[in-house]
Amino acid sequence: MNNELAKKIILPVLVFIAIIGVWSSIANIVEDFPTPADTYIATFGGENSEGDEVEGVLTDPFYVENEDDKGLFWQILESLKRVFAGFTLALIVGVPLGLFIGMSKNAQYAFDPFIQIFKPVSPLAWLPLLLFIFQDINMTAISTIFVTSIWPIIINTALGVRSVNEDYMNVAKVLRFTPMEKVVQIILPVAVPFIFTGMRLSLGIAWLVIVAAEMLTGGIGIGFWIWDEYNNLAYHNIIIGIIIVGVVGFILDLIMGRIADYFDYTKKGRA
Amino acid sequence: MGEQKFLHLENIEKRFPIPGKEDYIAVTNVNLEIKKNEIISIIGHSGCGKSTLLNMISGLDKETGGYIFLKGKEIKGPGPDRAVVFQNHSLLPWLSVYQNIEMAVKKVMPELSSPELRERVERYVSMVNLDHAKDKLPSEISGGMKQRVGIARALSISPDVLLMDEPFGALDSLTRANLQEHLMRIQQSVENTVIIITHDIDEAVLLSDRVIMMTNGPEATIGEILEVNLERPRNRVELQHDPEYIRCREAILSFLYEKFAKEDE
Repeated sequence: MNNELAKKIILPVLVFIAIIGVWSSIANIVEDFPTPADTYIATFGGENSEGDEVEGVLTDPFYVENEDDKGLFWQILESLKRVFAGFTLALIVGVPLGLFIGMSKNAQYAFDPFIQIFKPVSPLAWLPLLLFIFQDINMTAISTIFVTSIWPIIINTALGVRSVNEDYMNVAKVLRFTPMEKVVQIILPVAVPFIFTGMRLSLGIAWLVIVAAEMLTGGIGIGFWIWDEYNNLAYHNIIIGIIIVGVVGFILDLIMGRIADYFDYTKKGRA
Repeated sequence: MGEQKFLHLENIEKRFPIPGKEDYIAVTNVNLEIKKNEIISIIGHSGCGKSTLLNMISGLDKETGGYIFLKGKEIKGPGPDRAVVFQNHSLLPWLSVYQNIEMAVKKVMPELSSPELRERVERYVSMVNLDHAKDKLPSEISGGMKQRVGIARALSISPDVLLMDEPFGALDSLTRANLQEHLMRIQQSVENTVIIITHDIDEAVLLSDRVIMMTNGPEATIGEILEVNLERPRNRVELQHDPEYIRCREAILSFLYEKFAKEDE
C-alpha cells in the first residue's frame, strides 16, 4: 500500500474517532441525548442498554405497515422523487432561459435584477405562498425545489454561453451557420460543462430544500420522518436521519459529477 | 475591359467612431486588384490595419467606405467562398481533427453523399499529412499540427479565396518554416487565390507573387507593391543567394525600416 493511500484511510479514521469522542461527551452532558452505541443499535438493531432486543431502522427499511408507517427506504424514495421532479422542471425551464439570457444582452439586462433578488430567498420563505397556491403537499414540495434550485442553472448556463470564444463564432459566420446550428454545434458544446456545474449546485440545493419542505408539509419523506422522530422523542433516529441525508446527498453529487465529466469535452482525451 | 476582375478592392476605408472625438480612421484609400490563383502578402508594422483589411475581405468586419468585389459581386458579410485561417487556428476543441474538417464540408456541401463526404475529408486530412492524427482532439496535437488542420479545414470547402491572418505568427520559427513548405506544396497541387497577412519579411517573399506594403496607421494605406519574380517551386535554402530574392528582401526592409520606420508600439 502506498503512503498516500494509507493517509487517505488513516486520517479520516482519526477524525471519525474524534467525532465519536465529542459526540459521547455531548451525550454525557445533555440529558437523554443518544450515545453513539445507542444510535448504532437503533440503526442496525441489537441489544440496547436496558438489555432488550430491538429492531433497527435499517434492519428492514422496506417494510410497509400502512400508508402512514413505511420503512426508511420508502421515505427516502419519496423525497428523491420530489427532488427529481422539481429539479427536472428547473432544468427544463432554466437551461433555455439561461441560453436566452446568455445570448442576448437585452435579455440579460431585463432578467438579471430579478435573478439577483430571488436567488438568495430561502425555500422556507417560498413555502407558505406555494402551499397556499397548491394546497397539496407534493406540488408544494416540488414547486419549492423548482423555485430555489433554478437559479444556479440559469446563471451557469448564461455564463457558459457568454464564455463562447469569439473565434468559434467567426468560424460559424464564415460557414454561414443558421442561429440553430450556432446553438447546437458551437454554443451548447461550450456551455454544457457550465450547465452541469449549475445542475450540480442545483441538485445540492434541491436536496437541502426537500428536508426543510417536508418538515413543514408533513406526510411522507425523509424530512418529515426526521421531524416525526423528534415528536416521538426518538432522538437517536434524528441523528440517523442526518447521516442518511448526508450520505444520499453525497451520492447524488457523486453521480452528478460523473455525468458532468462525461459531457465535458475539456476532460476528454487526456488519458 | 476584357477579363473579369477576380478580387477587387475599391477605395476601401475603415473608420471607428470614438465618442466625443473625431473618428479614428484606421485604413483609407485602399485600391487593389488580385488575380485568380495569385498569392499576395500584406505586410506592415502592427497597427497598420492589415488585419482590419483582411477582416473586411472576409466580411467579418464591414468597411465604412468603398467596395469589395469578388468575381464581379459585391461582398456583403462572411461566406464560405472566402475561407479564413485564423492565427489561433480556431479549431473546435470538442471535435477531432477529422470532425473539425467534416463539420465545415458538411455545412458547405450538403449535397455530398456520406462516402463522398468521407472521401473529401480524408483527402484534406492527407493533404496536410495528418492521417495518423485524424482522430485526435486539438488539445492532443501540437500548435503546428493544429494550424495544418486549420488550413485543411479552410481548403476543404473549396473557397475562391483563402485568407490567412498571420497564420504562423504564434509558432516557433522551425515549425513556421515547416508550415510554409506545406502551404507551398499544397498550392502547387490545388491552385488557390491566397492572401496572407504577415509581419515576417522572409515569409512574404518566399510565399508570394506580390507583396503589398502598408504604411503606418492611422489612415494607413498601400505604400508600395512589390512583384516577386521567382520561379516555383521555391527552395528557401537556394533562394538565400538568389539576386531577385535579395532584391525583394531589401525592398521590403527599406520600406519598413527606412521609409516607414516605427519607433515602438
